[in-house]
Amino acid sequence: MSTKITVTVNGAKHIDKVEPRLLLVYYLRDVLKLTGTHVGCDTSSCGACTILVDGKATKSCTMLAVQADKCKITTIEGMATNGELHPLQEGFNQCHGLQCGFCTPGMIMTAADLLKNNKKPSEEQIRAALEGNFCRCTGYHNIVKAVQYAADKMSAPRARKTKKEAAL
Amino acid sequence: MIPVSFDYQKVKTVDEAIAALSNDNSKILAGGHSLLPAMKLRLSQPSKLVDIAAIASLKGIKEEDGEIVIGAGATHADIAGDKLIKSKLPFFAEGASMIGDVQVRNHGTIGGSLAHADPAADWPALVLAADAAIEVQGSNGKRRIKATDFFTGLFSTSLQDNEIIVAIRIPVPAQGTKTSYQKFSQPASRFAIVGCAVMRFPDGKTNIAFTGVSDNAFRDSNAEAVVSGKVISNDSIAAAAKAAVQSVNILSDHYASEEYRKHLAKVYLKKALQAVA
Repeated sequence: MSTKITVTVNGAKHIDKVEPRLLLVYYLRDVLKLTGTHVGCDTSSCGACTILVDGKATKSCTMLAVQADKCKITTIEGMATNGELHPLQEGFNQCHGLQCGFCTPGMIMTAADLLKNNKKPSEEQIRAALEGNFCRCTGYHNIVKAVQYAADKMSAPRARKTKKEAAL
Repeated sequence: MIPVSFDYQKVKTVDEAIAALSNDNSKILAGGHSLLPAMKLRLSQPSKLVDIAAIASLKGIKEEDGEIVIGAGATHADIAGDKLIKSKLPFFAEGASMIGDVQVRNHGTIGGSLAHADPAADWPALVLAADAAIEVQGSNGKRRIKATDFFTGLFSTSLQDNEIIVAIRIPVPAQGTKTSYQKFSQPASRFAIVGCAVMRFPDGKTNIAFTGVSDNAFRDSNAEAVVSGKVISNDSIAAAAKAAVQSVNILSDHYASEEYRKHLAKVYLKKALQAVA
């Protein structure tokens, strides 16, 4: 038995017929070919598969594709706009927030959920928010710095300046 | 890991859900954060899932007729951030914010956690200490089950087939009631190796509940008798800790032996009592 779902992923609407047991992460990777979302532990522990479902950080290995019907999904592929990296992506790059990079998409998506609700998180709050995301390379220090970098950049009055520059 | 094949039905009302559960091997899917991991390991192989996430009446947290009513579909994150809960049942907010991680709290629900009845889950201790009633609905209508009658063993509850938890109802605590939830977490899963919930009313009546310690969460009447109606002092705290977790089967696993778990239970009871002193 397959079920019809309609999902909006990174702004694009998709209508597909899926088997109810298909996990959301495999729908994204195998059906939509969005392989930036990784399968790490496959047991709801490591957070590598984290995406945003209606804005909320979600382990996509622990959700069925059918549960995401009518939801808005953002994956790591949806973070950059017009070829410009999202401040979080830039932060991980600038602060050397990754080594092998396997956990990075999940880290960025969880951090995006944090920064949406907390513009200026403390180090402690960043570490608490990333509790469900494991990194086996970095020891987390530079990941925390990367999130702080993004928080600073996102709260800077950059947009206004750009507008002013554009007016000139 | 891929679950065994199953049928899927999304329902919009509780009545529809009850009707959809007619097949013996159907399971309710709420947040899915206990059920789906079990299905992926094929420990659970339901032939049909009834998805209740879209039932509007199961959402929300409100005060009604002297009770705080938490919809069974409220997520841990909903409860952790709710103003009413923070002001009137602060240990529910504290406990909710200690469950799993952000991603789990965003989807896992209080009703799902209670129905699953994991011996190390946080909600069972909290609802026991708060004198909560679990409101359930089945084909014969609604009934209330006292939290103290709800947990019957390892992953077992007094829910009947075709019954679904609709709300958790807690009498609004009198002004001046103090609460605390103290937990020693498993560092990876954040499940409680020991969790102790305490509610102390202005008249000195003290409710004490443990999770993680035994086959199911329980109220510790021996420890309650030591401190109820008496001043909380170093001596009475020590006496309560001495009396606690007697005559229960204490769990033992690779992480915490029976002896260590028993010790932790006493330590975490002391912390909780100090917090409400």
